[in-house]
Amino acid sequence: MSSPRYWRGIPQRYRLEAGKCRKCGKIYFPPRLVCDECKSREFEKVNLPKEGKILTYTIIRVAPSQCTDQAPYAMGIVELKDGVKILSQIADCDFDKLEIGMPVRIEFRKIYQEGEAGIICYGYKCVPV
Amino acid sequence: MVGITGYGAYIPRHRIKVEEIAKVWGADAQAYKKGLFVEEKSVPGPDQDTITMSVEATFSALKRAQINPQKIGAVYVGSESHPYAVKPSGTTVAEAIGACPDVHCADFEFACKAGSEAMFVCLGLVGSGSIEYGLAIGADTSQGAPGDALEYTAAAGAAAFIMGKDNIIAEAIDTYSYMTDTPDFWRREYQFYPRHASRFTGEPAYFKHILGAGKAMLEKVKMKPKDFQYAVFHQPNGKFPQRVGRLLGFEKKQIETGLLCPKLGNTYSGSSPMGLTAILDEAKPNDLIFMVSYGSGAGSDAFIWRVTERINQVRDSAVKTREMLNNNKSYLEYGTYAKYRGKIRKGE
Amino acid sequence: MRDVAIIGVGMNKWGELWESSLRDIFTEAALLAIEDAGVDHIDSMYIGCMSSGLFVGQEHLSSLLTDYLGMGPIPATRVESACSSGGLALRSGFIDVASGMNDIVLVGGVEKMTDVSVHGATFALSTAADQEYEVYHGVTFPGLYALMARAHMHRYGTTRKQLAQVAVKNHFHGSMNPLAQYPQKITAEEVIESVMVADPLRILDCSPITDGAAAVILAPLDLAKKISKKPVVKIIGSGHATDTIALHSRNDLTEIKSTERAAKIAYEMAGKSPEEIHLAEVHDCFTIAEICVIEALGFAEKGKGGPETEHGLTTLGGKIPVNTSGGLKSKGHPVGATGVAQAIEITKQLRGEAGERQVKNAKVGLTQNMGGSGGSSLIHIMEVV
Repeated sequence: MSSPRYWRGIPQRYRLEAGKCRKCGKIYFPPRLVCDECKSREFEKVNLPKEGKILTYTIIRVAPSQCTDQAPYAMGIVELKDGVKILSQIADCDFDKLEIGMPVRIEFRKIYQEGEAGIICYGYKCVPV
Repeated sequence: MVGITGYGAYIPRHRIKVEEIAKVWGADAQAYKKGLFVEEKSVPGPDQDTITMSVEATFSALKRAQINPQKIGAVYVGSESHPYAVKPSGTTVAEAIGACPDVHCADFEFACKAGSEAMFVCLGLVGSGSIEYGLAIGADTSQGAPGDALEYTAAAGAAAFIMGKDNIIAEAIDTYSYMTDTPDFWRREYQFYPRHASRFTGEPAYFKHILGAGKAMLEKVKMKPKDFQYAVFHQPNGKFPQRVGRLLGFEKKQIETGLLCPKLGNTYSGSSPMGLTAILDEAKPNDLIFMVSYGSGAGSDAFIWRVTERINQVRDSAVKTREMLNNNKSYLEYGTYAKYRGKIRKGE
Repeated sequence: MRDVAIIGVGMNKWGELWESSLRDIFTEAALLAIEDAGVDHIDSMYIGCMSSGLFVGQEHLSSLLTDYLGMGPIPATRVESACSSGGLALRSGFIDVASGMNDIVLVGGVEKMTDVSVHGATFALSTAADQEYEVYHGVTFPGLYALMARAHMHRYGTTRKQLAQVAVKNHFHGSMNPLAQYPQKITAEEVIESVMVADPLRILDCSPITDGAAAVILAPLDLAKKISKKPVVKIIGSGHATDTIALHSRNDLTEIKSTERAAKIAYEMAGKSPEEIHLAEVHDCFTIAEICVIEALGFAEKGKGGPETEHGLTTLGGKIPVNTSGGLKSKGHPVGATGVAQAIEITKQLRGEAGERQVKNAKVGLTQNMGGSGGSSLIHIMEVV
């Protein structure tokens, strides 16, 4: 993970900053330059809500190299209170209690680190309510 | 009036019992439990560290303080397990809570009293009018060497305090700091585990400094132990804080509420600060709280807090410390614990 | 626009080809296709390849492969669209001929995946997903399709056994394909008991890592009729559509909208409906993918892909055989080559050259090639002339 790329994403990674179309109200996470609904280029900054529910989930058992130590871990597509959907790990959960519709909230966690000497990457995960 | 406008704590959900550790090293679990007065300790998950716990504890503090994070003028994180040796934990915490960029930041270090130092300095900056609000955090995910006595108690947790002048829930009546050069417990650069001087860590270290700061504090304000409803001391195990409390003249019931160690372990820079949050979760308006931290090396910071009326309005705005301590626990066996704590030697 | 035909096909045996480099593999397949077509020159070339840079540190394939093919300093275009690179290369070649720009066009696909470790291959493949909002959080491709599978199972009652049936069927077909990487038959029990990769998908639900190449020769239909010694296969429809890159940005997690849209365009262009398709090669990167795709193509009603597969709709001998080549699961999935190999299977079937796995009276075939978790889809429909 390159420093500039990590740093550029901090408002989204840490604070879930999104863009809300001023014309039609659609919320984009991450923010973008043009609204695909109404083609407007005017957006206002909003922060996503921290509560939501699980739409679907899986348990990653064969993990990518930066996460092998954390396997197995649960991941889910979560629909937040304002309708925006995100993909994140679901931490601190008992796998057999996972179910579609389960309420979760967002917590700040370490996502991975670049070995013993590289940067540490933080971001959002969901935990059961 | 200067004091705490918001407070919060964070405890990870994993635990490991003394029996589980003792089993692996062939030690006498009952002897450790009795000698240390500890039953189990908290364990951070592989995705948790001083920074992540500090952020969550701060979110609770912000819920109670009810202020715009942009008004925070300083962010200080005290820890002996900062994730980076060079790059402050405070910068990530400040970004995550939305306090950047007009904010002063520094990381604090002084073994287990790094958190109380951050509190000490914030009170000073707010009191002098330099900043409107200051965020002081004590957090640790410290390590105990495998098989060492410290492994039974080295735990993880965070406490965050937002100091201010307005909307105070606990006024800082006075503070006192007492410090000498004492090599009781230390960790050299590039070493993974700390080392300690065994029984020397008791009387000439822990007790000398807490008693030194405590007695001087009481003297300074001309008060007696019986004037206080609560007392909280640094908790390296469950025995020491009870003994030092007795030596200062406090009773068991004054110390009980803030004594988290038996079920939490020693959260190092979070230790007495987290004890304070547990007290604030229950204390009534006008209650007086006596707090003395301890950091090896060695030194103690003493504080006297008076709870205000406002505590009742905001206390329930965020999760309480004993709720996190007692609920939703997940017990680990030693193998998973060692894996989470990075104690297993792996290939490149 | 001119009509376009496929006049030559070439493909080597796929697998872990330790002794062959990327340039070897591509050139072998290309030469086989040129021989099959009976042409002595080509006018331009398209190369589908997802990630030669990450796998073998090589870009600029246009220059490398025209050099090694020895067919002259012709124009060549490297085409990338993740796992649909091959299908997009086919469409690009089709447009080249249809527009009249060039006559004899070689469309090839290649991927050399085994020079890197499994972690290296997983990383290269992960670039088909959203780096910051999917991969950053620790998801893998089996993970993304597993999220789809669970949603599909929850909404429609698709069963674990129905998913397994896709793999069983494709291995049964692949056992009749001498070029397949894994031509062994497998049972549903073996699938269901294999190692779990991302719940509920197991290792035998997942297509493998493969080295391989595939090539076809395209020509204008009139020229094809004159020079070809084999039955001429005309490309009667081509459709291309994209969708959001991230799975979580889509409205319905159980649908593959890019395939639906691309198929609509291709069906319309070909003047055919799903009922008129005799066989298809689809992108079974994971078993659940085939189930969602046959629904998107209109072969099965929405939600019924599982039971239809279980009842043999798509097995050789059934109403619409799917993946008689063995699919990605049994034939292998050298990413950039897959889309082109699908066209080869349909061509062979329409020519009557498919041997043991021949579909009787096959006149119209369809290929569906997909990128990432459905972010892009390429559909082609072919008819024997």
